[in-house]
Amino acid sequence: MTSIPKGPMLKFLTEDAGGKRLLIALAVLTVAVPFFNLAVPESSAFHVSTYTVALLGKYLCYGLLALAVDLIWGYCGILSLGHGAFFALGGYAMGMYLMRQIGDRGVYGNPLLPDFMVFLNWTELPWYWYGFDSFLFAMVMVALVPGLLAFLFGYLAFRSRVTGVYLSIITQALTYALMLAFFQNDMGFGGNNGLTDFKDILGFSLQEDSTKVALFAASGVVLILSYILCRYIVASKYGRILVAVRDAESRTRFMGYRVEHYKLFVFMLSAVLAGIAGALYVPQVGIINPGEFAPLYSIEIIIWVAVGGRGFLYGAVIGALVVNYAKTYFTAAFPEIWLFMLGGLFVLTTLFLPRGIVGLASDIKEKMLAKKVQKQADVKDEPVDTLPKASTEV
Amino acid sequence: MRWLLLLLTKGFLCVWLAALPMLSQAEDADSNEGDSAAEEVFNFDEAVKGLDTKSYKVKGKKIQGIALSGHEKALDVLMPLSEGNLFAVKETGVIVEGIKEDSLYTVTDILSGEKIGQLKKKALRKIRINNKLRRQLRGLMAMLELTHPDDAVRLAAADNIIKSPTESMLPFLAQAIEKEEVSAIKDSMIIAQGIIWTTSDVTETRFKGVEAIGAHPHQAVKGALLRVLQKDEEGNYLEPNAYIIEAAEKGLLEYERQENVYKLIENLFFGLSAGSVLLLAAVGLAITFGVMGVINMAHGEMIMLGAYTTFVVQQLMPNSIEYSLFVAIPAAFIVSGLFGIAIERGVIRYLYGRPLETLLATFGISLILQQLVRSIFSPLNRAVITPEWMSGSWHVNGMLSLTYNRIYIVIFSVMVFVGLILLLKRTHFGLQMRAVTLNRPMASSMGIRTGWVDALTFGLGSGIAGIAGVAISQLTNVGPNLGQSYIIDSFMVVVFGGVGNLFGTLFGAMSLGIINKFAEPWTGAVLAKILILVAIILFIQRRPRGMFALKGRFVEA
Repeated sequence: MTSIPKGPMLKFLTEDAGGKRLLIALAVLTVAVPFFNLAVPESSAFHVSTYTVALLGKYLCYGLLALAVDLIWGYCGILSLGHGAFFALGGYAMGMYLMRQIGDRGVYGNPLLPDFMVFLNWTELPWYWYGFDSFLFAMVMVALVPGLLAFLFGYLAFRSRVTGVYLSIITQALTYALMLAFFQNDMGFGGNNGLTDFKDILGFSLQEDSTKVALFAASGVVLILSYILCRYIVASKYGRILVAVRDAESRTRFMGYRVEHYKLFVFMLSAVLAGIAGALYVPQVGIINPGEFAPLYSIEIIIWVAVGGRGFLYGAVIGALVVNYAKTYFTAAFPEIWLFMLGGLFVLTTLFLPRGIVGLASDIKEKMLAKKVQKQADVKDEPVDTLPKASTEV
Repeated sequence: MRWLLLLLTKGFLCVWLAALPMLSQAEDADSNEGDSAAEEVFNFDEAVKGLDTKSYKVKGKKIQGIALSGHEKALDVLMPLSEGNLFAVKETGVIVEGIKEDSLYTVTDILSGEKIGQLKKKALRKIRINNKLRRQLRGLMAMLELTHPDDAVRLAAADNIIKSPTESMLPFLAQAIEKEEVSAIKDSMIIAQGIIWTTSDVTETRFKGVEAIGAHPHQAVKGALLRVLQKDEEGNYLEPNAYIIEAAEKGLLEYERQENVYKLIENLFFGLSAGSVLLLAAVGLAITFGVMGVINMAHGEMIMLGAYTTFVVQQLMPNSIEYSLFVAIPAAFIVSGLFGIAIERGVIRYLYGRPLETLLATFGISLILQQLVRSIFSPLNRAVITPEWMSGSWHVNGMLSLTYNRIYIVIFSVMVFVGLILLLKRTHFGLQMRAVTLNRPMASSMGIRTGWVDALTFGLGSGIAGIAGVAISQLTNVGPNLGQSYIIDSFMVVVFGGVGNLFGTLFGAMSLGIINKFAEPWTGAVLAKILILVAIILFIQRRPRGMFALKGRFVEA
């Protein structure tokens, strides 16, 4: 699936059969859901409730997050157990903008300070809150803050060749440390409660159905664009080197590639994507709090990717959607057994589905293809063009 | 003139009071020699009965008599009397202690200690005292307490005087100091005496007081010295005597020096005990992660299982909590160890050589175990009882006291660590374990059943985590999330100390514990933790394989 693009510009997309289907499905979803929500009357059976729209929007953000993780895990072998941190940082940047939009409509009616600062008897805005009145500035921060953190962290880690399990553990420590820090009231990010009670975004009320639908559509569009970007990267020469780093890091280094540069760039890109996912997520759920930094959530992202199948990009998105749909369903219907299920998923996927749902599907297809080819093999004596397998080794 | 008079009266009081116990001793001797002990008991009982009178003068005499009788129950009578809980039952005239509960009084016969039951207020006659008697009682009770046979009571009495020094206590103190044999209590009494002296009007006495308390390690000493060194608004000392000021300043300096030393010791001890907890939690991980190379994210849950085992053991033997821990330790080892073996045989053995997959699978197991415990024991925290012998603290002196549970945990973790080292280095199983770690195919061809060694090693690591759970259950509440709070710390310890090296783990645990405790006062607990995490993240950049990394060909394995 990762053959070098040649000929027409869009070959990197057209060659990716599963991704093509996913993109089409996403595009249909992005157009159809708003249509069925806004244009179809509520009484109709085809009407999609605003609740569902918000839920699907949330899933799409998770899909983007999973995509970001698959980019580094599936293609570069970096297992980050702290990607929730980048997601949450993007979310906080967005949350800060939304907080500034509240203005004097807070409980305390203070035009200058957010409610929680009034509550803590702060008299002026901390310097790092400056500029968040501007949407543009906030959007720059959504990308810049996670990107910068990823740069710092990655620069240090990759330069000194911290790899494998060690890297996973320190990324987990990173998100844990950030969680502890954001729980502090004097950090100036709302402490325990985080940022919430948002009123509007770009002048549109967040309570309005149309705003929610617009946010959903935005999530869909961003996911599609991000997918195309990621796909472009992994199909490029750069992507080939990433895979080489994943499969044999030392060998790649000996061939003269600056492995740490390649890793650093993809890690930063992945962090930025995660930040954007967080920024889209926050206005749709209406709250961001330090709980998002919890190591558990970061590991959950990994399981989305693992269930979907790592190293396929579209597998990650599918995994995020499937696992989160299951989560929504089971936490409501059987809250007791959800953790059993999630835990079981971890164990069963690693034991029996090392390549995830998508990998399983492609394996089955491959087998069927092989049988078919076997029949024809008597006639033609050509090598079988099977799909290359994504390595499960680390 | 006035101070002379004061001195005279005080002197008289001293002599009089010093004579009193002698008198009572003489009486004791008499009664022992002469007629039966029943005579004395009769007298005591009579005196107690005699309290039920309207005349405060008579009461005063009886109180005096009771206090000086040397009778073991004397304090039991005077205490409720001073608190206004002493009554006479109207019908029978029995003297009782009454505790008010709702509208009724629960009464106990003060002499026989027998519970009479609940009576209405009407049926009781309160034995009233006035301020004069109250003062008299306070003094007498202090005296009784200062000479009480129980060490704890004497110490508490001395501490009480230190807290609220009153001049009237001096004569009792002087007597008690003379008789006191336990040096710690004697010190307290001397400090109490000195503190009272420092408030004296007589220059010599004040000087004597300042000298006496000097740099004694007791918190009250600092306050007393600072009081001596008080200044007025213009910055002049209130104390006219320059010698006293000098002595007090010297004492204060010495005191502060000592205080710093003890604070250091205390911090070190807290650091060590925190490090011991970390060590207990991490040493099991050091085996599974360090020796076997298995990332066991369910390690925290093994700790949790150990803690819950303690809880269950205590539920099973509610009448012998004192011994429950001795049952709980092996039980926790077995429970967590069996879970560990099951996990290894069921899941991990299929994932050797794929550390990231192992990480995910064991994380899934940790979620399952958490939910399992939540379903069985409810999501609420369970309180594990701390046995009597582990509660309380060891008062080294007035400045330093160490809690027993932390002392025991330090000792316990050292024992576990040493035991583990011995097991690895001195037993057949340890030998096999190290062989499999070093070279699996070779060990296998030498006839070692590597599969079983893997399972047992994993069981050992998990079992030790279970033991850690028993210790941790004595420090915090036991809940389903208990393990989660230790897993990241444990990994930090192992990674910091260096993988595959138990002494590295010891070093890592102790240094992290101590650094944490010393950073806390400057930064606050949470920030200290954050800083340590960041420091370790940076440290790993410098030494990606930890402090004491394995060298040679096994590094990349």
